[in-house]
Amino acid sequence: MSWRRAVTSIGGNLDKVRAINRRYAHPRLTISPMVRVCLLILRVYLLLLVGLLAYKFITMVIG
Amino acid sequence: MNWIAKLYYKIQRLWKAISLYIVLSGPGLVVMIADNDAGGITTYAVTGAKYEYGLIWFLVILGPVAYFVQEMTVRLGIVTKRGHAEAIFEGFGAFWGWFSLLDLMLLNWLTLITEFIGMTSALMIFGIPAWVTVTAVCLLMGFIVVNGRYWTWEKIAMLFCALNLIYIPGAFIVHPAVLDVVARGLKPNFPGGLTGQMFFFLMANIGTTIAPWMLFFQQSSVVDKGLKEKDISFGRFDTLLGAVATVVVAVFIVIVTGTVLKGTEVTDAAQAAALLRRTYPYAGDLMAIGLFNAGLLGAICISLASSWAFGEVFGWAHSLNNKIREAPWFYVNYFITLVSAGLVVLIPGAPLVLITLFVQVVAVTLLPAALVFLILLLNDRKTMGEYANGIWDNVVNGGVVAIIILLSTAFGISTLFPELFSQGAGP
Repeated sequence: MSWRRAVTSIGGNLDKVRAINRRYAHPRLTISPMVRVCLLILRVYLLLLVGLLAYKFITMVIG
Repeated sequence: MNWIAKLYYKIQRLWKAISLYIVLSGPGLVVMIADNDAGGITTYAVTGAKYEYGLIWFLVILGPVAYFVQEMTVRLGIVTKRGHAEAIFEGFGAFWGWFSLLDLMLLNWLTLITEFIGMTSALMIFGIPAWVTVTAVCLLMGFIVVNGRYWTWEKIAMLFCALNLIYIPGAFIVHPAVLDVVARGLKPNFPGGLTGQMFFFLMANIGTTIAPWMLFFQQSSVVDKGLKEKDISFGRFDTLLGAVATVVVAVFIVIVTGTVLKGTEVTDAAQAAALLRRTYPYAGDLMAIGLFNAGLLGAICISLASSWAFGEVFGWAHSLNNKIREAPWFYVNYFITLVSAGLVVLIPGAPLVLITLFVQVVAVTLLPAALVFLILLLNDRKTMGEYANGIWDNVVNGGVVAIIILLSTAFGISTLFPELFSQGAGP
């Protein structure tokens, strides 16, 4: 594969990322109240965990 | 004569069922046995050295836990004909899709590094330098995927699965007191009490039994194999058999180190193998060979899980049945993941211990999300139809998932902040 083809191919994949974002812009699953609550809890959980990771990283760097 | 005809008919039916199972078997067995990867072997070896046979009962409980979770991926994959990554994109939209995909990629890459750490340290016991191991493994894994089809790959992987049973003869070599193993191993108890350190070990064993890559791998695997709804019962049996095998292997590793290394401070499986070689050379050799094999099997599955997931989402050809020319990005992803992980192990002074710990932390950012998505997708009656979770499925699977999330989160946090578990030095 030549460099030109490789660059074109990577560019094609960036276009694909945009196409994926468009294709999956709306969830297909019916967002019932239960699903909504689950996703909200998941977001809070992940924010907390990422917060803990960031705290650990900062204290490691400072300490 | 009638009973002879009936017996002949029953034998014929049984033989037909066995023949069909042999054709359909694979994804469940491979994923479950590959679950005993290099990190898993280390956890079991350290658990045995620390608590002898005291936690065998806990490992036995983890078998059904792993089965309940993985069985859901079989149903989801067969009914939707989509891998877990694609199912998340479609079910929950691009945000959760990208989160899962990128988290999976990072986690799998880090886990792959730990597999290489296991493989290189195992072969160093036999005097083989790390660069030789990394090169040989990359070439071997390239050969396995490039030279065949899904069927060929799966049968080679099952050969490595069979080699994972090497710990069973290893246990017989060290002559454990069988009655002692049964009496102390199968009686639920916490040797030394439910201390912070004990809690850490319990969580580590759970963490090694249920890993995010397993969900993605098995779902993609049943899709690539082309299983259909009528094959679900075989897929379940395959997963059940794999769950039994993974527990048996884990128990025998604990028996080996619990018999010979009890009370010894062991930090990893390679060290356990080196210590075993002093008193039981063959058992030590088997432990080292088993560790290498476990790392190799883990690496084979983990690198594929990433490539499958990317292929599904990007719409690239992503089957092992495709040649390199037909699915270039699938194989590029596979080899970049593999070779880069191998090269990290060869960097002098690379923070390998930190990477091993970081794997646990990243895992708890992905595992709860993947498990919650799995339960929600299995409750989508519009797609799953008669294969959707029933009330009891939700009670059992939901309970299992809730416990896993709680304990794996506690494990991740204890890795970040070991001082929370006052006596909690990790394995």
